[in-house]
Amino acid sequence: MNKLNRICLAAGALLMAATPAWADTITVAPGEGAQERLQEALILAEPGDEIVLAAGRFALTDGLSLDVDGVTLRGAGMDQTVLDFSNQLGAGEGLLVTSDNVVLREFGMENSKGDGIKSKGADNIVYYKLRVEWTRGPHEENGAYAIYPVESENVLVDSVTTIAASDAGIYVGQSKNIIVRNSVAKYNVAGIEIENSYGADVYNNLAVNNTGGILVFDLPDIPQQGGRDVRVFNNIVVDNNTRNFAPEGNIVASVPSGMGVMVMSHFNVEVFGNVFAENATGNVLITAYPNQTEDADYNPLPVNILVKDNVQGRAGYKPAMRGGEMLAAAFGGTIPPVTHDGNGSDIVVQDDVPVLSLGFTKPAQPFTEAKPSVVDLSGDADKPLVLKPIVLPEAMEAAVKQ
Amino acid sequence: MKRLSLSILGAAALSAGCAIAVQATVVAVTAVNDTAVLETKLPRSLSDYGFFADATAQIPSAGVIPYRLNTPLYTDSAIKLRFAYVPAGKQAVADGEGLLQFPVGSALIKTFAYGEGEDRRLIETRVLLHRADGWLALPYKWNEEQTEAKLALVGARLEVDTPEHGTISYRVPNKNQCKQCHSIDDAVVPIGPKARNLSGDWMADMVKAGHVDAVPDGTNTLPVWEHRQKADVNATARAYLDVNCAHCHQPQGKASNSGLDLRWEQDDPTAVGIRKRPVAAGRGSGGLNFSIVPGDSTRSIMVHRMGSDNPGVAMPELGKTTVDKDGVDVITRWIDAMPEKTF
Repeated sequence: MNKLNRICLAAGALLMAATPAWADTITVAPGEGAQERLQEALILAEPGDEIVLAAGRFALTDGLSLDVDGVTLRGAGMDQTVLDFSNQLGAGEGLLVTSDNVVLREFGMENSKGDGIKSKGADNIVYYKLRVEWTRGPHEENGAYAIYPVESENVLVDSVTTIAASDAGIYVGQSKNIIVRNSVAKYNVAGIEIENSYGADVYNNLAVNNTGGILVFDLPDIPQQGGRDVRVFNNIVVDNNTRNFAPEGNIVASVPSGMGVMVMSHFNVEVFGNVFAENATGNVLITAYPNQTEDADYNPLPVNILVKDNVQGRAGYKPAMRGGEMLAAAFGGTIPPVTHDGNGSDIVVQDDVPVLSLGFTKPAQPFTEAKPSVVDLSGDADKPLVLKPIVLPEAMEAAVKQ
Repeated sequence: MKRLSLSILGAAALSAGCAIAVQATVVAVTAVNDTAVLETKLPRSLSDYGFFADATAQIPSAGVIPYRLNTPLYTDSAIKLRFAYVPAGKQAVADGEGLLQFPVGSALIKTFAYGEGEDRRLIETRVLLHRADGWLALPYKWNEEQTEAKLALVGARLEVDTPEHGTISYRVPNKNQCKQCHSIDDAVVPIGPKARNLSGDWMADMVKAGHVDAVPDGTNTLPVWEHRQKADVNATARAYLDVNCAHCHQPQGKASNSGLDLRWEQDDPTAVGIRKRPVAAGRGSGGLNFSIVPGDSTRSIMVHRMGSDNPGVAMPELGKTTVDKDGVDVITRWIDAMPEKTF
């Protein structure tokens, strides 16, 4: 972000806080020419303006974009106002936001050809009461990410619903200071994914019927690495047994079906107070990055991961990870609900359940070198939760209270 | 503020220091309306700028200089007519082999057309205006009569007959889409006129005319696209990626989060895509694991995405309704020629 943008950001924050008297409300209705009328409103908006999307179905043929700071885009409800991209001809997403201090609220989006709503380098962005869905259900050719903030500072995703994304329902990548809460992710490959990010709270969400419920990943060869400081708490993560329908090549294509929470190569993650049940591979998996990489700046290992105070329901009864069948057989049909691949340091599991270690000693080892065993990772004493809650700028919290 | 500068030759003959002397009112020649370039919020018509003596014939006004790029950006096989305008008394500054640094008041103009001679149809003209607060990109759509192009802030979708691809649904980009490609760290910038992608003769002429300060080292180093069958495939492919992809795929571009950096000057194999796994490709990956697999274009995501016209898969994301077969051919030959162990 350049200096000019910093000034704009400060100005935008003021606008959001003050709700200025000069702000306009521009209403756009569905119907003839919706593409042009809506895009024109998005281009001509001034900071502080609110663009109201009337109830109904907007038939759109091209991606929409917003590049004005401090704009609110408000629909009549996630099922009442629908941006329909079933006949989209161009662009990589349904809506692209590249400006700061934007609030997106109360509309739905269906069947975009690429991603749903992407915000890039868009600081202080609020996603509130949105629905992003591919209506045919899980399918390889659905868009990758439903809600996709990336390279942003201060991200709030609150009370959204995402359905059938072929990568992640809610994906926050390479960002800082993030809250994802009160949301529903279902029938996606990954329900909620926090990737290569610094500081995130993921809580009060329902992740159900995904391939994997909640993923906390750090990957190599991308600009922001060293993902750290993520809390996953008070979520309900159940029945995430949908087949993996992500196209090969994407990291989530390697997520085994039946996964609750998966932590891959990350610093400082706390998983607590969640309800886990009916995840056929396991409720929690802690693992190193599974591929070879030549990225010298990248740490493939999980470091300082704490799992405690979760309700651990039935899991591990049909493990789909590498060697799953063999493991199930070895453990009498069901493996423990928590699995650690053996890599990394300061891995502590203080839930009252057995933990399966695969006994690997380095990342990307072939499964033939696994030395599975049940291990005790509970440590000597109660390990306290130490990560601090994420605090967002007041104007962002105020936006979702209106 | 409607003073006209002298004809192209007159202005060109004088150095910047003397330019004030030529700011005399003359008759007859059309001249660029500097107010429109610099100040009018959103000029509604292309004619407001006075860039053309005859816009339909694309004959430029005094001081508006046509140019071409050694390796051009593919846009659905459209013919592109490019012009640069540097206001009288000012000069663009060469920045090594990179982008010429055009002074405030400059404009870059690019008209998209199909067909030759009498059959030529002008589709749109895009302008980049260098204003005091930065560059502004605006699209203008030509009318049926081919007499005028009007501001198309929200872009347009047009049924267009093309010689190569038949009738296509041509996309005129909207103002935001202009910026999606033309941005570095969120500021609008030109893409094309880099010294390395401009001919030495043209640069020398511009210097002689006083429009550019010097011909820098590295001028004219990108291969000429028409010579691609004989040129070094590595240079041709890297030039193609630099021109067609690197405005987004670089650390300050729209696709920075991909970690893919396709600039000419990037020499890290992983950054260029060799055995690099995708980050957020979604179904764009096509079930493949790496952007480039040396020696095997059929397993390279780059070729898969270039070869697709399906939104959500196709690269580039904008300005592409049809596949650039020549581009795919060059990248395919480049990847297939890569020894597996080179990198």
